[in-house]
Amino acid sequence: MNLSDILQQPLGRMSPESLPFWQMLHDPTEGNVINGVIATGAASMVVIGAIIAVALITKYRKWGVLWSEWLTSPDHKKIGIMYVVLAFVMLTRALIEAALMRSQQAFGLGGGFLSPEHFAQLFSTHGTIMIFFVAMPFLTGVINYAMPLQIGARDVSFPVLNSISLGLTAAGAALVMISLCIGKFSTGGWFGYPPYTEASFSPGVGPDYWIWALTLASLASTLSGINFAVTIYKERAPGMKLMYMPLFTWTALCTSIIMIFAMPPLTVATAQLALDRYLGFHYFTNEFGGNMMHFVNLFWLFGHPEVYILVLPSFGVYSQVISTFSGKALFGYRSMVMATTAIAILSFGVWLHHFFTMGQNANINAVFGIASMLIGIPTGVKVYDWMWTMFRGRVRFTVPLIYSIGFIYLFVLGGITGILLANPTIDYQVHNTVFLVAHFHNVAIPGALFGLLAGYHFWFPKAFGFRLNERLGMVSAICWIFGFMLAFFPLYALGLMGLPRRSVAYNEPSYVPLEIAAFLGAILLTVALVTLVVQLWVSIKHRDENRVFVGDPWDGRSLEWSVSAPPPEYNFAVIPVVTGRDAFTIAKEAGNAYQLPDTYADIEVPKNSAMGPVLGAIGLALAFGLVWHIWWMVILFFAAAVVTMIVHGFARDTNRIVPAQQVRQEHRRWFDAVAAAKAISREDERKSANQGLAEQALPGVPA
Amino acid sequence: MNYEAIKHPGLNLGSAHGRDHDAAEGMVFGFWVFLMSDAILFSMVFATYVTSVGATAGGPGPHELYDIKSVFIETLLLLASSFTFGMASLALKYKHGTARLIGWLAVTLVLGVAFLGFELHDFASMFSKGAVPSRSGFLSAFFDLVPLHGLHVTGGSIWLICLVGQIAMYGVDTQVKLGLMRLALFWHFLDIVWIAIFSVVYLAGLT
Repeated sequence: MNLSDILQQPLGRMSPESLPFWQMLHDPTEGNVINGVIATGAASMVVIGAIIAVALITKYRKWGVLWSEWLTSPDHKKIGIMYVVLAFVMLTRALIEAALMRSQQAFGLGGGFLSPEHFAQLFSTHGTIMIFFVAMPFLTGVINYAMPLQIGARDVSFPVLNSISLGLTAAGAALVMISLCIGKFSTGGWFGYPPYTEASFSPGVGPDYWIWALTLASLASTLSGINFAVTIYKERAPGMKLMYMPLFTWTALCTSIIMIFAMPPLTVATAQLALDRYLGFHYFTNEFGGNMMHFVNLFWLFGHPEVYILVLPSFGVYSQVISTFSGKALFGYRSMVMATTAIAILSFGVWLHHFFTMGQNANINAVFGIASMLIGIPTGVKVYDWMWTMFRGRVRFTVPLIYSIGFIYLFVLGGITGILLANPTIDYQVHNTVFLVAHFHNVAIPGALFGLLAGYHFWFPKAFGFRLNERLGMVSAICWIFGFMLAFFPLYALGLMGLPRRSVAYNEPSYVPLEIAAFLGAILLTVALVTLVVQLWVSIKHRDENRVFVGDPWDGRSLEWSVSAPPPEYNFAVIPVVTGRDAFTIAKEAGNAYQLPDTYADIEVPKNSAMGPVLGAIGLALAFGLVWHIWWMVILFFAAAVVTMIVHGFARDTNRIVPAQQVRQEHRRWFDAVAAAKAISREDERKSANQGLAEQALPGVPA
Repeated sequence: MNYEAIKHPGLNLGSAHGRDHDAAEGMVFGFWVFLMSDAILFSMVFATYVTSVGATAGGPGPHELYDIKSVFIETLLLLASSFTFGMASLALKYKHGTARLIGWLAVTLVLGVAFLGFELHDFASMFSKGAVPSRSGFLSAFFDLVPLHGLHVTGGSIWLICLVGQIAMYGVDTQVKLGLMRLALFWHFLDIVWIAIFSVVYLAGLT
């Protein structure tokens, strides 16, 4: 890289050949045309989607609102919502890819219609997106929204940093979307093992897209983890001891701690792979003393704790949901907390089970196999606690509870196949088959996704002030649950029958019926997502019938239900004082849940900051320049990043005051609504009579 | 100082600083947490180095490349800079005046830059012996670990300059105080990492 190179190649290695339809036009064989049409169609969906979004925002003159109310907002609630929106957009893409892969395999006897390269890109982007740009933003969004409210805080500890995390995550997601339009994504799977992803085997831009998208995402997650952990340690309302925290907050804390410790190995692994590819280092190459096992260890030292990052927040949601909709305190709170922390700690001691077959001796495998099985114990404790919570409760089968029940059944099954795989001798038989694919989808979809969807239905009324349509929610939940079963149970059998994972095609006719069943499952899952979208549409249309401004539609137990829906930007007009677990239920039972304070104080909130969107945009441009070797762009935006951070350091006067008078007004308005609202019984909570005020059972009368 | 006044681990501003002392609680605690994460980052790179020491691929190894004299001078420079930063922290805490604070910070910066100068000189002489990172797995790992620390010191130096700039603009206000307290932790942390590098890379490499 010197000046003349930069001048001669201002666009780096970009050329017309980087466009998705180039090959199809120049070599129009049947296979090339099919793959070209699919790739071009996908790219046009991204482009057209972006154009429509820009056009709509312009038409309704919403740029100002978007910028000042959302993108630059340091409010944890808005940041949380934006995270979830990002997750849904990316979920749509990754689910379409999944359906495409299933259809390829359904017709894969002797060929199918996709080229092996195209198929490899599909499973690589599908995995990368689902982990880093669906599950991670979704859970980060839900934690962002609910956790500060649950602990009685006004915001997270570092609101601007929170916005920066969002900006970087969105930049990573945007990079993956761009890879659909220009160039090709990696074909090396979501974990991108070298030496295959080294420059000698994969000289193209694919692995570079993967590296920089993950780097942006992992930096963002590290910062989020720090932010959440500090918030939970430092911002709890007075009286809220650690053992008074709602269980979702506990899982958020454990997830954050895992993020803090587990993201750095990923950063190191991707950075070292980048050094190999860009500067000819030899960390993971085949020659000059490189050792790909370093990558494998680093990656799974991140990768295994990562699966607990994904699953723990959902465990928290299930705990809240099951307790709330059973009308009972969570059974075995203390054991639940211990199980959560035990899982967080054990998660760091099992990474080797991802590569039992890669050459270490049997004793090491045995140690890691046993450690992996140990995780079944705290998880089992949790399952029993959830069941005992429902036992003798007045259970209401709302949408979140349906997800929770589906989860309990399916997750136990996924856990059992996990115990099977944790046994190295069995792992040797089924590793690298679709049995494994079935297993990790069996824990990831019911374990992580169902929980986040349950959380979405549970907290949606809190976030937007109206309930989601119950019937469509039920249809969607049933489609998710049965679609999952249909899509993945056949893979267990196929795996035992020997179908390797990532097969683009096969020659064994007996696979076909099971493959077709799995394909139908994928269609059902697509229907589930479409139903979710329709549900959102219908719910927005009928929002006036389903308003719950008072804020407590489900007879909730923790503090987030004690404020209006949506809550004011400062969350609590007066910071509550906590005297026990399920703080809001305690207050309701004591009859002092809704009280006017004597005085109101000024509240200091952070001013809006452009740091999040600006650093996100710079990060995206920098990463794009690195992918395509556009060195002027790299230099320019690296400098821009440094300057931006320095300038931010010089910023002063970053807070503003919400005057006591305004707080008083808003609080009184809500209080009047509370007084005017008619309390409803739990049986009626899904009717439009629900204004968000729960009827209290008389003391001594069983609920 | 009474017990209640301690808001976070390490040197506290103390109640004489009023609201700034309270403001330090979350900020400095958060920075401790960040340092934990950074420590993991370094430990991963250390692990890469330790497992790559033998991977010289026929190229030069520690004995041909390491210059203990130069590294010893670097160590002294960095340790001294930690001491001078400590003096700056005390000047901040006990309000010895802006001039003294900036004086100690300036000495720290000079020592830090001198450290970087010696380190770059070491790298240049290694390069001249053909010991470039692309030569072997061992050298790749070396040039991951030691320059990563150097980059941190560079970042810390830039941060220090920015804080002095902020003092020039705003005086020693809340944000400058919080910045200095965090940079102090960062600086001492890098000192500890360097001691690990000195022991694991240089001393162990030359025995």
